[in-house]
Amino acid sequence: MSSIAQELIPPEAREPRGGRIRRTKGGRVRRLSRRDKVVLSLMVGIPTLIELAMVWLPMLMSVGLSFTRWNGLDLGDIRPAGGENYQFISQDYPPFWPAVQHNMLWLLFLALIATPLGLLLAVLLDQNIRGSKIYQSIFFAPVMLSLALIGIIWQLFYQRDNGLLNFLLGTAGTPQAVDWFGDSSVNIWAAMIAATWRHAGYVMLLYLAGLKGVDPSLKEAAAIDGASAVQTFFRVVFPAMRPINIVIVVITIIESLRAFDVVYVINRGTNGLEMLSALVIQNLVGEGQVIGVGSALAVVLLVISLVPIVFYLSRTFGKENKA
Amino acid sequence: MSTTTARPGTIDTAALRSGSRPKRHYGTHIFLTVMAVMWLVPLGWSLFTALRPVASTNEHGYFSLAGDFNFDNFIQAWTQGGFATYFWNSIILTVPAVLLTLFLASLMAFAVSRVNWKFNVTLLIMFTAGNLLPPQVLAAPLFEMAKHFEVPYTFSDSGNMLNTYIIVIAVNTAFQMGFCTFVLSNYMKALSADLTEAALVDGAGIWRQYREIIMPLCRPAFAALGTLQVIFIYNDYFWPLIFIQSGNRLPITTAINNLQGEFLSNYNLLAAGAVITVIPTLVIYLLLQRQFVAGLTLGSSKG
Repeated sequence: MSSIAQELIPPEAREPRGGRIRRTKGGRVRRLSRRDKVVLSLMVGIPTLIELAMVWLPMLMSVGLSFTRWNGLDLGDIRPAGGENYQFISQDYPPFWPAVQHNMLWLLFLALIATPLGLLLAVLLDQNIRGSKIYQSIFFAPVMLSLALIGIIWQLFYQRDNGLLNFLLGTAGTPQAVDWFGDSSVNIWAAMIAATWRHAGYVMLLYLAGLKGVDPSLKEAAAIDGASAVQTFFRVVFPAMRPINIVIVVITIIESLRAFDVVYVINRGTNGLEMLSALVIQNLVGEGQVIGVGSALAVVLLVISLVPIVFYLSRTFGKENKA
Repeated sequence: MSTTTARPGTIDTAALRSGSRPKRHYGTHIFLTVMAVMWLVPLGWSLFTALRPVASTNEHGYFSLAGDFNFDNFIQAWTQGGFATYFWNSIILTVPAVLLTLFLASLMAFAVSRVNWKFNVTLLIMFTAGNLLPPQVLAAPLFEMAKHFEVPYTFSDSGNMLNTYIIVIAVNTAFQMGFCTFVLSNYMKALSADLTEAALVDGAGIWRQYREIIMPLCRPAFAALGTLQVIFIYNDYFWPLIFIQSGNRLPITTAINNLQGEFLSNYNLLAAGAVITVIPTLVIYLLLQRQFVAGLTLGSSKG
């Protein structure tokens, strides 16, 4: 169980570690009255029904619709289309492969730049340095903002004529001025930097919690054995944070698949900012809705996101299943 | 013990490292200060632009300190830009969704964590997985479901569930419920089994165990999750974008994107709109930072 949950719970109400073993399955269930069973089935039934109807059913419908041709108007117009939509997106739909590349680039950028930056900030702030709390608050502030708003705030910073960045580079008002969000050769990088602004703070926060959970005697033991600070970190502290590392890996992958808001706010995910999630929506809301094509794109997104989801769930619930 | 006596030199270093004398961190401070300044620049630039009337920036340019500084852009955005309406819409969408999410998740979490039942883990996996999906995967079917769900025109002026707050609240609730169930069930599992066992012996039914024993003990978890959910749902850009078509019904986070087009020539007003949108989250951040951080880490600390 997490140490954070343990901290929040008043000590007298805490489950003693290992205390649950003495409970027997059969004994408890038999003691439920008829009324209890009704109450319990409502407690489980209502949320489960909502979850099935609003999350799992739509997910399966996405898969179903991806094999049909439909303009979204009349339910009677749905026609089976076999694998046509998949063939179309992979062969005749120009933005598809750029979107796949951009999604991968986004993932690599978050994984190689934003996440390590967050880890570095956490490690530096975990030492008892003066002003640590102030630094933490500053780095964490963007995590409170929506990615849509981050797109707008950075738009003000990146603009060609009146943006601060071009002024700082000395290019404002000159022909060399760059429209950072508009120029298709640089806008993906500009957008990833804006996303890093938020992601690094999030990673920092999680690692700060993780670092506090590492037994200090481990570090002391390594220091006594003559390990340098860097060695101690990579050989002792980092491996000890394994549960947090897994969460961070999963969050990084999922964030890169979800990168929708920021590109959609900038230019609806076109002109250098194609992303799978934005293509799904373009096919849904554009004129002449092509639900089949949009759904096929959604299924591609779904299949890719199942990789980190299954990995995370098997890590998290694997132990409980065996027990 | 033998190690420590054999190497007295290392003990000294270890003692120093553990903080008997404050270590000098000049390099660290320089790095962190540079980073912190860079981190503040985008927000600071928005605030700076928002505080300057457009007349001043037109006259002196955006990169100057000359001219007036006032709150005119904020007043204009609030009154003429429709921010008062958008802000109210955000409240209407956020408050019911957060309360519903926490209530439903607490029911589910109680059932799967306090009663032994063989489908507990399956259900919990189903809920957690649902929350991890990219929302775009669900968008087309949910949009079509809402569109083909016909209701009387007295209930919705579109004749279906599109353009209503209810559909946005329902989808947000369903989507966030998975995460809250996961966090609350972990929390409830950490509560002592004796608490409900004793109540059971006294003849307390399931509902009383939930209502009178477990719920009061979950207050810290509700505070943390509630804060987190208010921010999540207030910041939700996507679902109103999909479901709400009338501009004046949009919540602030989605609406500000429309202003980007409207105020293309008036960046000062757009900046003021952005700052207004940030304010509620910053207020929550300053007042409830601990709750927010606890909520985020609670969700991730079980690996």
